[in-house]
Amino acid sequence: MMEYIPLNFPFLAAALLVGISFYILIFKRNLIKLIMGIGMLASGVNLFLVALGYRAGGNAPIYTEVPEGPMVLPVPQALTLTSIVINVAVLALMLTMVILIYRHTGDMDSEKSRILKG
Amino acid sequence: MDKLLIHSPILVIAIPLVVAFLTPLIGRAGGKARNVLVVASLAFVEFLVIILARDIYLNGIHIYTLGATSPALALPGGAMVPIRIILEVDGMSIFMGIIWATVSLAAAIFSLSHMARETGQTRFYTLLLLMVAGCFGMIFTGDLFNLFVFLEIASISGAALIAFRTRFADAVEGGFKYIVISAVAGLMFLFAVGLLYGQYNSLNIGYLAHVMQYSMLDKIALTLFLVALTIKTGMVPLHMWYPDSYTVAPANITAMLVITSHACMYAVFRVCFTLYGITLDPATVGWIVVIIGLLTMFVGVTMAVFQTDVMRFMSYHAISQMGYMWLGVGVGLAVLGNPEALATYGRAAISGGIFHILNHAMYKPLLFMTAGALFHRTATRDLNKMGGLGHNMKFTLILYIIGTLSIAGIPPLNGFASKFLIYESVYQFNPVLAVVAMLVSIITLASFTKAFQSAFTGPQLPEYKDVKEVPKSMLIGMGILAAGIIFTSIFPGLIVERIVNPATDALINQAAYVNGIMGGMP
Amino acid sequence: MLTKIVRTVANQLILFILIFGLYVIAHGHLTPGGGFQGGAVIVSGVVMLLVAFSSQELKKSLRERLLSIMESSGALIFIGLAFAGIGIVFFYNFLVGTPIFGRIPATGPGPGDIWTGGFIPLMNLAVGLKVVAGLSAVVLAMALFSSGEEIEE
Repeated sequence: MMEYIPLNFPFLAAALLVGISFYILIFKRNLIKLIMGIGMLASGVNLFLVALGYRAGGNAPIYTEVPEGPMVLPVPQALTLTSIVINVAVLALMLTMVILIYRHTGDMDSEKSRILKG
Repeated sequence: MDKLLIHSPILVIAIPLVVAFLTPLIGRAGGKARNVLVVASLAFVEFLVIILARDIYLNGIHIYTLGATSPALALPGGAMVPIRIILEVDGMSIFMGIIWATVSLAAAIFSLSHMARETGQTRFYTLLLLMVAGCFGMIFTGDLFNLFVFLEIASISGAALIAFRTRFADAVEGGFKYIVISAVAGLMFLFAVGLLYGQYNSLNIGYLAHVMQYSMLDKIALTLFLVALTIKTGMVPLHMWYPDSYTVAPANITAMLVITSHACMYAVFRVCFTLYGITLDPATVGWIVVIIGLLTMFVGVTMAVFQTDVMRFMSYHAISQMGYMWLGVGVGLAVLGNPEALATYGRAAISGGIFHILNHAMYKPLLFMTAGALFHRTATRDLNKMGGLGHNMKFTLILYIIGTLSIAGIPPLNGFASKFLIYESVYQFNPVLAVVAMLVSIITLASFTKAFQSAFTGPQLPEYKDVKEVPKSMLIGMGILAAGIIFTSIFPGLIVERIVNPATDALINQAAYVNGIMGGMP
Repeated sequence: MLTKIVRTVANQLILFILIFGLYVIAHGHLTPGGGFQGGAVIVSGVVMLLVAFSSQELKKSLRERLLSIMESSGALIFIGLAFAGIGIVFFYNFLVGTPIFGRIPATGPGPGDIWTGGFIPLMNLAVGLKVVAGLSAVVLAMALFSSGEEIEE
């Protein structure tokens, strides 16, 4: 059982990142901390996707000046790249909205700056 | 015309994208040119959807491979797995496509006068066309990762549109809640796609349905899919964000967002019926969906009874009506493994749920747009402050009455037809469910009568004495939807037989979907 | 506005950052990189200028109208190239076999040939243009927002 841990290191790290980010999303109230939690969730999912494509002893999946031998899978790398671009757009939108909320209510705490209730 | 038909699945997605990026360039030439361009492109998209629908009802599933040497070449050169991104349009996809094309055309015509006083209108139309393209992509695609990308496009542009009127503080808060929920849901969806890719080395829905064995990781992936997509439809334990976001948006954007949450419900059906099919445990998953439907119906309508803000009141009713659709399709899913029960009442239950999607997609945007018309003329959404507006706004009054009779399920109108189909088939499954559904319908009628009385009837208040009727483009937008309601009310049998039953058969028949891609391989 | 040393060094460094970003965009079909990555490198150079000079100074050079036109034309070039093969299928690589970017590369590892790839290098350039215009508009708008004024229409 213990010899599986070094083999599965990337997956354990991805699970840890996702777990910590869920803790942040549930228990923290500052709006900037929520945004950081979502960024961390994105990093965890991206790490999981890249780690799926690993093949033992493989090289980078390009043909320019690469040594002979097996290559790792290129499709998960394309999926990760698309995911990073989408998350950049989402984070930029969330930060702009936090700037506007701060301008209207003057407070960064999500309990105190709530207007919509019921 | 023939070439237009072959390329129509990708043209329906690509034309709103092109016009979305042409709008800032043409918008410098003036507002009128931009308005004409936007409405003309949405009308052309509606035309393309109608000719594609005719072809699918005659000839079956339509696939389109992006980048191959011919559109139908999914397995080039004798390969065993499909390569490239493939769009696959069957009866259920084109059903959602017809709904989305009509509602977005009506919403765009409505916004020509409703948003006329705002600055930055060019950006508004760019975001609106991006949302149209994103939702069409979600409905027509046959590839899981493509579904994720278009889901995120629709969410980001939807959140930006909710927070568009930045001078209202609550609009920005509603938009922030929407984007946080959508980001978390999208990332969980991507995690599940990664789990499936790691096992089967393919992202195509048809191929995954062919090789699916229901291992432990597949069960985890099913749970993640269901939770991520049902958060976005406003299912009950996770519905807190839904009224906050849908209250503060401009009224026609709320109409379009309701259809976007229907498209997420379509994605749940795609995962349960087509991707997993018989291999998942139908009795368990079906009963879970039925219980969720009951809870959603009941909690939605009881929270709606005491609201004073007219848009918030209508968004709680939208949550409640989604419960009817979950109930109908859940009963069908629960008997999926049992062929005789499926033929007796399961198919009718799924048809009832899908017919209810069509009806809801016509009367709910109409009701939201009448609330928007009230806001346009009186600058308030509070029902306690309004009164006696029926004297001045006669057309809005008639349209509101049509919408109310529809949602409550009163006999001549189309709401009754779909609810009766659900009651009949669900009663044979378990009588308690039908009784709860009828009770919810009665409470819906009661709450809408209260809202009608406080907004439209009564003596005319002095501050609303010179309120005029809303501008013509808003009436045309609402009139398109009302015409659809009246047509469906007069010919319900025709609509069920021609449009709803092909969609039901497409969902139940997983083998036809797989054969569309694999071309008859064993 | 930071001190004179920082401003002078930023003025000299922006040239190298620009060239490196264009290298990453242009060789996207041979080495790791491509449209988005090269565009992000160039935007990091713009952020360096934004920190060294204040946002008020930068607003005079990067006008909003120019950025909007660059962004729209980047997206339109991308979709236009995809539409150009519509005679066969949407997104069909119609430049393979023609003299422009159309050579077939040799199989196996080796030094890459830049004239291969069909319309992929052209799409990389269009995406790079759009990313530079879009992200610098976002960064500039946030900097102006925080210091109290807004970009109008």
